Amino acid sequence: MSLVTREEKTVQYISGPLLFIEGGERFAYGSILDILLPNGEVRSGQLLEVSKTHAVVQVLERTTGLDVASTAIRLREEVARIGVSKEMIGRIFNGSGKPIDGQPDVIPEARLPIIGQAINPVRRDRPNDFIQTGISSIDGFNTLVRGQKLPLFSGSGLPANEIAAQILAQAKVRGEEEQFVIVFAAMGITQREAAFFLQSFEETGAKGNVVTFLNLANDPTIERLLTPRSALTVAEHLAFVHDFQVLVILTDMTNYCEALREIGTAREEIPGRRGYPGYMYTDLATLYERAGRVKGKKGSITQIPILTMPDDDITHPIADLTGYITEGQIVLSRALHRSGIYPPIDVLPSLSRLMNNGIGEGRTREDHRELSNQLYACYAEGRDVRRLVAIVGEDALTDLDRKYLKFAEAFEGRMLNQGNTDRSIDETLNLGWELLQIIPQAELRRVSKKVLSKYFTPVLSEGTKSPYY
Amino acid sequence: MSIQGKIIKISGPAVIADGMTGARMFDIVHVGKATLIGEIIRLDGDTAFIQVYEDTSGLYLGEPVESLGSPLTVELGPGLLSSIFDGIQRPLESVAAQTGDFIARGVHTEALDHQKKWPFTPSVKVGERVGPGETIGTVQETEQLVHRILVPPDTQGKIKEIRSGSFTVTETVATLEGGKTLALSHRWPVKLARPYKQKLEPKEPFVTGQRIFDCLFPIAMGGNASIPGGFGSGKTVAEQTLAKFANADVIVYVGCGERGNEMTEVLTEFPHLDDPKTGGALMNRTILVVNTSNMPVAAREASVYTGMTLAEYYRDMGYDVALMADSTSRWAEALREISSRLEEMPGEEGFPTYLSTRLANFYERSGRVITQGKEERIGSVTVVGAVSPPGGDFSEPVTQSSMRIIGALWALDSNLAYRRHFPSVNWNRSYTLYDGLLKKWYEDNISPEWTRNRKRMFELIQKDTQLQEIVQLVGPDALQDSERLILEFGRMIREDFLQQNAFSPVDGSCPLKKQHLMLSTLLQFYALGEAAIQRGAHIEEITELPMKEAVDRMKEIPLHEYETKITSIREEMEKQFRALGRVQVVS
Repeated sequence: MSLVTREEKTVQYISGPLLFIEGGERFAYGSILDILLPNGEVRSGQLLEVSKTHAVVQVLERTTGLDVASTAIRLREEVARIGVSKEMIGRIFNGSGKPIDGQPDVIPEARLPIIGQAINPVRRDRPNDFIQTGISSIDGFNTLVRGQKLPLFSGSGLPANEIAAQILAQAKVRGEEEQFVIVFAAMGITQREAAFFLQSFEETGAKGNVVTFLNLANDPTIERLLTPRSALTVAEHLAFVHDFQVLVILTDMTNYCEALREIGTAREEIPGRRGYPGYMYTDLATLYERAGRVKGKKGSITQIPILTMPDDDITHPIADLTGYITEGQIVLSRALHRSGIYPPIDVLPSLSRLMNNGIGEGRTREDHRELSNQLYACYAEGRDVRRLVAIVGEDALTDLDRKYLKFAEAFEGRMLNQGNTDRSIDETLNLGWELLQIIPQAELRRVSKKVLSKYFTPVLSEGTKSPYY
Repeated sequence: MSIQGKIIKISGPAVIADGMTGARMFDIVHVGKATLIGEIIRLDGDTAFIQVYEDTSGLYLGEPVESLGSPLTVELGPGLLSSIFDGIQRPLESVAAQTGDFIARGVHTEALDHQKKWPFTPSVKVGERVGPGETIGTVQETEQLVHRILVPPDTQGKIKEIRSGSFTVTETVATLEGGKTLALSHRWPVKLARPYKQKLEPKEPFVTGQRIFDCLFPIAMGGNASIPGGFGSGKTVAEQTLAKFANADVIVYVGCGERGNEMTEVLTEFPHLDDPKTGGALMNRTILVVNTSNMPVAAREASVYTGMTLAEYYRDMGYDVALMADSTSRWAEALREISSRLEEMPGEEGFPTYLSTRLANFYERSGRVITQGKEERIGSVTVVGAVSPPGGDFSEPVTQSSMRIIGALWALDSNLAYRRHFPSVNWNRSYTLYDGLLKKWYEDNISPEWTRNRKRMFELIQKDTQLQEIVQLVGPDALQDSERLILEFGRMIREDFLQQNAFSPVDGSCPLKKQHLMLSTLLQFYALGEAAIQRGAHIEEITELPMKEAVDRMKEIPLHEYETKITSIREEMEKQFRALGRVQVVS
């Protein structure tokens, strides 16, 4: 990098968040620039394209007040970097890593490029430590493991933040006292939502354990693209240099994707589905894939991104591409929420791809996999019957169908609707076996005979009534 | 003489350089002082459009671009098996040795180990004339696999000298008259299909051990299939199951733009599993080409071709090779991204208009062939490509273009996955075009009843589907007993036959013979039930027969005793059915 940093007034054209400047020979692709306003204000920008005739600068803050004649630019560094340090825990920063909690700057241990590098797949370690969240619908059916990326698919007005806060408060790895360090990246969320999280950190005593990055709804859109990258760079430093177990909350990914679309449009790119850029999959992957474990390192990064599905549509590009990259998804349901069930997690479309690694003998319990499959199958059947009832009425059902219907009610009422309690995995599994008593034993074909004889206690005789019968 | 130009424009992975007179299309270039690897994808006068396989941040205009004068090639020779490469055949282990846990840029490394010596047994003599694709000797690559050292497809001549002993992959083992030398390895451009003598009609099944595939929608050895499915419908598990249980000699698994942790799963699991065909370690028949979603997008585009070329190389030795590409949609997206950086006119959904041509070219490289050379070996490449349609909507361009080309469609269904029915293949939407070709093989080798059983089952599940629709309108009570028997049969087919847990030690892979016995037992159950109902039995009596649970749990019967067990189940079944529906004589 040349040490001479020149100021130059070469702005030709300003459009939306983009500045076009004359000639690009002097700058490296991806450089970070200072943009100097006549009144002395300094803003930042990044080079998106360089060619002989011009270069395109993306302004990372507002473009209000910029003009063609007197705005000057100056090279700051060749790539966007953030200073990282263990001292950042407990502090609050803006999207590009400047402290906004009124305290002095952190003295960095290193200045790292926020773009990050891909973890070499052969150096990745298999995530297999079960994280107990205390929420049955996650632990029992969509188990979270250390090093996983498991997003919450929410809808407007659904309690995704409450669930995330509950996970943060309750998450523990069995048999370990080690606490998680939380990296919290807020992208375009409202002051109210941010306050909710900050307050819940305070209430649960986690406050001293959180690195917070805030880019609120009224902050510059473009900074939203830097926020998760800054947060993940810090998370990587804490996990792989300081051996912390890091839980990263990214909220709300929908706002991030919208910022991405805004930039894409301003750059006059060919839009993909619903106007989102064609490279959105790759772009999201460079964020989500920064979760994981590395061989020989004690620390790990577990990600819980939160996104709001526009119109509850799971096929919307944001939810869709996320689902293709992350290792599963936790889907919230408006129907369950309306029936007063908390947490309103719809287990059927939810999934954890790494569940098999984290469960079974020695991790949770040997019957976990089979029991969970059986409960899934029965609940799905029960839901089908419920749909049928809506058309043909309950009278047309067979006895067996009625039992499935009863099972579905009990499953929602008792398994899912746990409120703010913290359930151990054993409690969840035992409850599952209890609920299965509603279904005749011959129907339980997802569980092997061995497991069935060990864990399932059928109702003794016709006369003895189980409370759910 | 090398061609050296200068960068005049940078936009993401697309770089434009001038002063490139003499450069050829698809030649590999080193970009910038960091010598990033790129490929020329358009030429205009002396300017070249380059797609760079690595991140371009930090490049300056005016930095040098040097053409290496050849297209992207892969190094082919012993030592490929059990390796893990990135999209442009850099072994990830060596990359890790150079740059640590994270992948840095500008790493150059040999694909094969150039230090390791392989014992070489020559099989030709001095003075013998050898043509393209002919064997000059062998190397024992793994315990199970003999690696034939082939004369490269573009070379021929008379052997002037041939050596035996241990050699590295680059040392000369043979010299031809005229001075051309042959080593254990050679290079081949990835985008050029390796030549063969003749393509054959596929006749043998590609056995997967999965009932839904082998029994309902089989593909042939050398055929191709596509697995489309929305996220969470089990594409990757299906691909991995095939990689584990398929009866191929070599598996090339291309993780194209997918998750890093999934690859870790393959890497930690495969070394501990047995190869179903030979009993050796599964990893010894596997080559992984890994370009995860966060690795550079241009290398993702190259990864499927790299995988295909490796597959063709083993095919040329006379082996049956299976190529798993997960997922072709990510590859198509890489095409789209590069295309839009080049400001090409987009086709449907922004994909370039040549998408279907490229897909067709790729799938057509599969097949069962007679290889080059006088030995006339027969080898095959079977391709199974996953497709990730946005929103699970099959009407999108990648799924549709694939469907026009492939021979079998294994359509995954999120609704089945939601109820944990795996493999979540929808039997109403899937199809195969190979059943006619394979009919004879199944009848000769498994059972003469195979085709008839299959036909009968399809008829019944079709009826079951129709009846289900009626049930949705009027409820199950309105049906007659004979119709409810079909519903019960449909349920048994779904739950007791098609559903198969890939992780189960007993049922993970099911031999064809057992598949046949299970299916004919289920069909017999239906036939006996139908007869019993005609005699006046009630459906409840049939579903409550004591032996029914044994029929339901046939898949749990261990492999060493299924023949005897299933035979006794059938005897018991006949006995219990005989007691049904008889008019009770009251005295």
